[in-house]
Amino acid sequence: MAKSERVSVAKTYKLYIGGKFPRSESGRSYPVTSESGAFLANASQASRKDLRDAVVAARSAFGGWSGATAYNRGQVLYRVAEVMEGRREQFIAEVRDAENVRPRTAESLVDTAIDRWVWYAGWTDKLAAVLGGTNPVAGPYFSFTVPEPTGVVGVLAPQRSSLLGLVSVLAPVLATGCTAVVVSSAARPLPAITLSEVLATSDIPGGVVNLLTGHAAELGSWLASHADVNALDLTGADAEHRTELARSAADTVKRVLRAPEDEPDWTSSPGIGRMRAYLEDKTVWHPMGV
Amino acid sequence: MPVFDYAPAPENREIARVKQYYQPFIGGGFVDGGGEPLKTLNPATGEVLAEVSTVASSDVDSAVTAARKAFERVWSPMPGAERAKYIYRIARLIQERARELAVLESLDNGKPIKESRDADIPTAAAHFFYHAGWADKLDYAGFSTSTAGPPQPLGVAGQVIPWNFPLLMLAWKIAPALATGNTVVLKPAETTPLTALVFAEICQQAELPPGVVNIVPGAGDVGEMLVTHPGIDKVAFTGSTEVGKLIQRQLAGTRTRLTLELGGKAANVVFDDAPLDQAIEGIVNGIFFNQGHVCCAGSRLLVQESVADEVLAKLRARVETLRLGDPLDKNTDIGAINSAEQLAKIRELVASGEDEGAQRWTSSCPVPEKGYFFAPTVFSGVESSMRIAREEIFGPVLSVQTFRTPDEAVTKANTTPYGLSAGVWTEKGSRILWLSNALRAGVVWANTFNRFDPSAPFGGYKESGFGREGGRSGLAAYLKGADDGEV
Repeated sequence: MAKSERVSVAKTYKLYIGGKFPRSESGRSYPVTSESGAFLANASQASRKDLRDAVVAARSAFGGWSGATAYNRGQVLYRVAEVMEGRREQFIAEVRDAENVRPRTAESLVDTAIDRWVWYAGWTDKLAAVLGGTNPVAGPYFSFTVPEPTGVVGVLAPQRSSLLGLVSVLAPVLATGCTAVVVSSAARPLPAITLSEVLATSDIPGGVVNLLTGHAAELGSWLASHADVNALDLTGADAEHRTELARSAADTVKRVLRAPEDEPDWTSSPGIGRMRAYLEDKTVWHPMGV
Repeated sequence: MPVFDYAPAPENREIARVKQYYQPFIGGGFVDGGGEPLKTLNPATGEVLAEVSTVASSDVDSAVTAARKAFERVWSPMPGAERAKYIYRIARLIQERARELAVLESLDNGKPIKESRDADIPTAAAHFFYHAGWADKLDYAGFSTSTAGPPQPLGVAGQVIPWNFPLLMLAWKIAPALATGNTVVLKPAETTPLTALVFAEICQQAELPPGVVNIVPGAGDVGEMLVTHPGIDKVAFTGSTEVGKLIQRQLAGTRTRLTLELGGKAANVVFDDAPLDQAIEGIVNGIFFNQGHVCCAGSRLLVQESVADEVLAKLRARVETLRLGDPLDKNTDIGAINSAEQLAKIRELVASGEDEGAQRWTSSCPVPEKGYFFAPTVFSGVESSMRIAREEIFGPVLSVQTFRTPDEAVTKANTTPYGLSAGVWTEKGSRILWLSNALRAGVVWANTFNRFDPSAPFGGYKESGFGREGGRSGLAAYLKGADDGEV
């Protein structure tokens, strides 16, 4: 009898909320295909309720994550790079399928994504020195300014760059000590879900990152109007929805990142603009005297 | 024991050199605007102080055009070291004319002369002096990148300021804009336009190139014309959260950069180990400074239950000694409420406090019959759900709540959509640092309150706005790519 070929175990791709992997409460899913139309998987189609659960999880996780030492956050982010490295082949295959790029390009994108975590990991305990400082006020007071994380950040992740783009918008949120609710690329969500599995096993506390697959056009408006979201990254929003989302964000005075009109080249050096956008300067005063 | 009374010590109003008529300042000259002239009042008497020509939409166009021309041809190409000298000149001219400006500010705004003289005007001068030094040192401010090089100015800034610190808010806005190479069109508040127009004269005396600074008086409609003007690259607004949200909505989807400094409802937290006499002074300063017309006022007193009775008794005794009246009197502690409209708003909120069951105590100090005045008031028994605990009163009204544990203090302090400032009173250093960390506010004053300095960044969390004024962070608001995550 001929030896039969082993049947692989196919994965069910789910959401990532509060450190767990639930399906959408709505029960909805949508098929994800490769550029050539081949079926890859069914992704969960997150709903408004999923998004609200994700915001609750992100808010609950904020105290712990923002209160962790910068050294600790740095190590955790570095750990993400370590765990990603171990799954390098899987990411390369998923990015290749998702973005329809040559294997060599996929390799380079994944390597850059891993290196981004290392870069951001090193920032956690340097931001205060680079952006804060003591203020030489004209009086008998000691005054200093420290950058603090703004809170929960809503991220509409890039639609095209499924992994490097996602890491480029997510890592700066985490490096500052903020927590995130991310809506992944709608058409290319699979590398994002695999990344959430990496995050779940990298000592990132549950709820610090919540990753929803689905449509930015549907979820974006709930994210923009949610009163417990402090900042909003519109990178993955359609050009025609951006104004409306930014307008809705104004009702709670959210910090809205000025998304570039077209998706940027994520392989270029990131700079600290994104981290700056998620940081609040806090100035503290105390009298000096005997 | 003999009681010594204060004799009146009024400052001479002639020092203010109030003119009957003031004009907008556009393109380096004073011109009549096409808007309906407004009458600015002396809130201490309700009498008309001066008439001010306001601008129409076409004047806003001219001002923006003048600012654009000055930006392109003169101000941004000018070496930083030369820009700096103009800004230093402005700082010096403010110092030279400090007494005139102080008296004028008190006349137009109603604030006590000792505050305009000792706080507003000197701090305004300090802002120009501080920022002048940045003009030729921007490469060192931390915004240069290897790809983009040194940071670049944005262009024309449209700035709208409130009536509570008219000249000081102007300084907070104009000084960093000029230092970074931007030009300015500024709208002063409708009820307090005069010192801004004297400032325009100072720009002339400093020989600032025409168009670098333009002052366009008017009401909210002028503010709206300015912030939505297509020739504006940057909007900086200080004022109410309500108007701030409106501006953020109007600018949604545009490339206009925005910073907002909005309202607050600061908690001033007093622990049982606090130096109580010092704390009482800080509480009084926190809420009664400038009649409570302060966005970062310590309007919610959170006092630990075990010392609440003692604190309240001492507080009432101290507040009872505050002298309310003529803003020009050097002994006056509390001046006039800026406008009839603001007085009505304070009265309405105070009535709501009584209706909702808080206990009102008001100083028995004499209140002048003329003008807009409100006696200092303290509410005890305040619940977090009451309007006087949630809404910005912007007047001399303090709401007192109690707490038992430090955690409860943090929860109560942070239970507000605002996040501008907070105060902490305790002798325990570790508690100060812990609480400073836990309070979600942009400025935390520990064992002090209401301290400001151009080198110390100021601005809010949450619905108190975004962006900072002062320090290195304040420069970011006026430089390309520096504050908005642009990648």
